[in-house]
Amino acid sequence: MIWSNKLSNSVQSIAPSGIRKFFDIAAKMKDVISLGVGEPDFVTPWTIRESCVYGLERGYTSYTANRGTLELREEIARHYKNRYALNYDVDKEILVTVGVSEALDIALRAIINPGDEVLIPEPCYVSYQACTILAGGVPISVPAKIENEFRITPEELEPHVTNKTKAILIGYPNNPTGAIMERADLIKLADFAEAHDLVVISDEIYGDLTYKGVHECFAALPKMKDRTILLNGFSKAYAMTGWRIGYALSNPDFIGAMTKIHQYTMLCAPITAQMAAVEALRHGEKYMKKMVAEYDRRRNLIYDGFNKMGLNCFEPRGAFYIFPDISSSGLTSEEFAEKLIQAEHVALVPGSAFGKSGANHVRCSYATNIEKISEALNRIEHFLTRIR
Amino acid sequence: MRELLEILERNSRVSVSELASMLQKSEYEIENDIARLEKEKIILSYGTLINWERFGDDNVVAIIEINLTPQREFGFDAIAERIYRFDEVRTVYLMSGNFDLLVIIEGKSLKEVANFVSTRLSTIDGVTQTRSHFMLKAYKKDGVILDNDEQDRRLVVSP
Repeated sequence: MIWSNKLSNSVQSIAPSGIRKFFDIAAKMKDVISLGVGEPDFVTPWTIRESCVYGLERGYTSYTANRGTLELREEIARHYKNRYALNYDVDKEILVTVGVSEALDIALRAIINPGDEVLIPEPCYVSYQACTILAGGVPISVPAKIENEFRITPEELEPHVTNKTKAILIGYPNNPTGAIMERADLIKLADFAEAHDLVVISDEIYGDLTYKGVHECFAALPKMKDRTILLNGFSKAYAMTGWRIGYALSNPDFIGAMTKIHQYTMLCAPITAQMAAVEALRHGEKYMKKMVAEYDRRRNLIYDGFNKMGLNCFEPRGAFYIFPDISSSGLTSEEFAEKLIQAEHVALVPGSAFGKSGANHVRCSYATNIEKISEALNRIEHFLTRIR
Repeated sequence: MRELLEILERNSRVSVSELASMLQKSEYEIENDIARLEKEKIILSYGTLINWERFGDDNVVAIIEINLTPQREFGFDAIAERIYRFDEVRTVYLMSGNFDLLVIIEGKSLKEVANFVSTRLSTIDGVTQTRSHFMLKAYKKDGVILDNDEQDRRLVVSP
């Protein structure tokens, strides 16, 4: 009996992630150095873990309000007020979710009618297109150019606008490129969104991980607060990936609609993770800053390393990825990644996994200690001299 | 300069070229900075934190509280110097509170340490009282957890 023909068309139309293959190869090797990991190498700071343990001891094991505990929503509101001078209503404009992943999914489902188009600058995080398709929308990929350090411009987006374009989905600082958008870039994008009356979904999960300058929050731009569905979480800045805790901020209509989906599908985010998130916002900043300082040193090391090998790459200004151009090797990014792991046991992710415009690149994560980064750079250099 | 010191404090084996990359300076500048910090005695030594117990040693560590009568002109400094010059003495701090000096001593056996305290420390002029506490187990030293079983549990490749 073949069951696959019972599957929904939308699920069948989604290609499996291009990352899986490298995971399978790497899992069989013992001395792999992985630059392929999309999460911090730090463990969650103890004060955050300890607050969760304390909560469990006192018996905090129940459901919470659908939107999340009042305590956490208040901390999130306070954080955005202090950091970006943004005022979100605790009762109507904040929704605590199970990671940004859930927030992204329900944001798209809340606004998309069948056939609605979503502009998605590429390279981008692997789930943007898939979530759009699952929501019944049509992802319209728009390649960003390395000449612009992978910043997207209205000129590049304009030709893709149709009368079905509903939203634009951006993620800066960017996974996989490490690109950021300066305030001037974002203002152009804001004008574009307003001119075409588009909803902007801004995934700012890496917002706290920026180097040489501060993060510009899209919702904090003039007139953009209500138009934007701002997504953020605790995974990257506070090394809390496994806790699965994120949130969405937007106008009461959007958050209300998202809450409707959330209450019927997820009910609420885990109470333990919500308690930990409160602690992160109250006392986690100094630990976060320490981690950011450490990422910055690693970023400098790996950026120098690739430049010295003659691999063309721009300086990443956010997240913890660097995205060198490997076309000088004569290999495609998949070939490069596969040969590198076989020959030198260094795992990284081919840029093609993040969209066609990443095809000549590989994504290297520097969320790994200095010793391993140095050793990985040596191995990659060895690999390059052999194949060149 | 602070960042350089912080890196070296945690790991003095980081190479000059790695330091140069991390701190966005030239190797020449890093070498100069380190030389100057050494000369100014800001960097004092490049030690290695070792778990001797795991290596198999069963040395005895004692923490001694010492009460002193301060001396005119010298205060506690002269007596502290007499104490810290002994090789057996690993650490000496001047403290506020119920006692004056906190001294950490290492020896091969309980007897050896007790002997050292009674014959060498207690007999120093100005030492009025000593209280010895023997260390039973070290959990954390200089910011490092000695038996840390936290490991990298991440998937090798993830989006």
